[in-house]
Amino acid sequence: MFKGRDVISILDFSKEELLTLFSEAKNMEKYVKSKVKILENEVLALAFFEPSTRTMFSFQTAMQRLGGSVLVLPEAKATSIAKGENLGDTIRMLDAYANAIVIRHRIEGAAKYAAEIAEAPVINAGDGAHHHPTQAMIDYYTIWRVKGTAEGLNIGVLGDLKYGRAAASFILASTIFKPKKLYLISPRELRVKPEVLEIIEKHGVKYFETGNLTDVISELDVLYVTRIQKERFPDPAEYERVKGSYRITLDILKDAKEDLMILHPLPRVGEIDFEVDKTKHAYYFKQASFGVPIRMALLKLILKG
Amino acid sequence: MEKELLVRKIKDGTVIDHIPAGNALNVLKILKIKGSEGFRIAIVMNVESRKLGRKDIVKIEGRELNPEEVNMIALIAPTATINIVRNYEVYRKVKVKLPDTIEGIVKCSNPNCITNQHREYAVPMFKVISKNPLILQCLYCERYTTREDIINQFK
Repeated sequence: MFKGRDVISILDFSKEELLTLFSEAKNMEKYVKSKVKILENEVLALAFFEPSTRTMFSFQTAMQRLGGSVLVLPEAKATSIAKGENLGDTIRMLDAYANAIVIRHRIEGAAKYAAEIAEAPVINAGDGAHHHPTQAMIDYYTIWRVKGTAEGLNIGVLGDLKYGRAAASFILASTIFKPKKLYLISPRELRVKPEVLEIIEKHGVKYFETGNLTDVISELDVLYVTRIQKERFPDPAEYERVKGSYRITLDILKDAKEDLMILHPLPRVGEIDFEVDKTKHAYYFKQASFGVPIRMALLKLILKG
Repeated sequence: MEKELLVRKIKDGTVIDHIPAGNALNVLKILKIKGSEGFRIAIVMNVESRKLGRKDIVKIEGRELNPEEVNMIALIAPTATINIVRNYEVYRKVKVKLPDTIEGIVKCSNPNCITNQHREYAVPMFKVISKNPLILQCLYCERYTTREDIINQFK
């Protein structure tokens, strides 16, 4: 059910498919520091037109742990892109060299466009403020691994819900793993886009929009914190108005449930105090480490079935 | 019965009737007719209409609209009827109908969408989410484009 498929949006997947991915990922956890010969002779192209640390390294590590090899498209300025080659032609070239292509691009719809051009499966590693499906897979995998289920929980999403693609994909995934209630916590300027809100409404997800974390913190089983996406603000003045408008501190957490888990797709730029790292609530580094087994499982399922 | 014609009948061409009042100029814009092409054009605005209360009419002498142009009119004048006239007679009457998907024609309202990158060959495609008010959803970036966005594109 996965073989040869593109991964453009988290909404392309059913609950059953994601649970298959999760159990495959759990199986992969034992190989994250070793090597298995599952994807020998397979080549994965990594075309990152935007900066990336975790996503790119975890795809690279995942492919290498599976015995495959990786083609990394060098920075734009060192390639033909600097000579004016367009994305479509670059994708055609990578399609000729690789068995699958991972793409990150600032342009929205770039991954879908690449998938139309390439015969090889295309995995979206982020297109502008639009989708970041493999991040949502990691996020819900972390919840599933820690809580034993990804459904029926009170889930809070805090921060930049307008420009953040990780937040958008995480919120969209609530239509697949239905929460008890979804709390959308953000400054007014950074509320969820209507296109996203209408989808969760259509699926009957119970949600509540608020600007104040302290009002709802005691309700939450999971708190997903996101960074304000400075680079996607059309107006720098708007960024200045909202930056630093929320921050997770020990003080805020004193009203939290014992087993509240805090997630963050990282990088963080001050949304979570370092003191919080030492608490039992901090799961964001665990979450980042799950990037490798999830991507191993995804690559295996897409390339081998 | 028309007691007195504001504008006389055309011999050959197109009459676009039942345009929502005030939108005649937008219809010409969407058809990319500037007036310098030399067609004889009559624009009637804000006249009484049984169906609409008030309406606009555009008559274009010497030019028949093709089906693609008819669909474009549906985007900004969903009530319009189009009469193709040959030798003073209505040769064909078409009621504009908004298709479920729109390909080409309209630009996505999101400047950061792949379909707005001039060096790429992604053709803008939309799903019609709502006909009234008109809301189109881009099949690439999924952003909404409204009737106002479309009218602004043709300015």
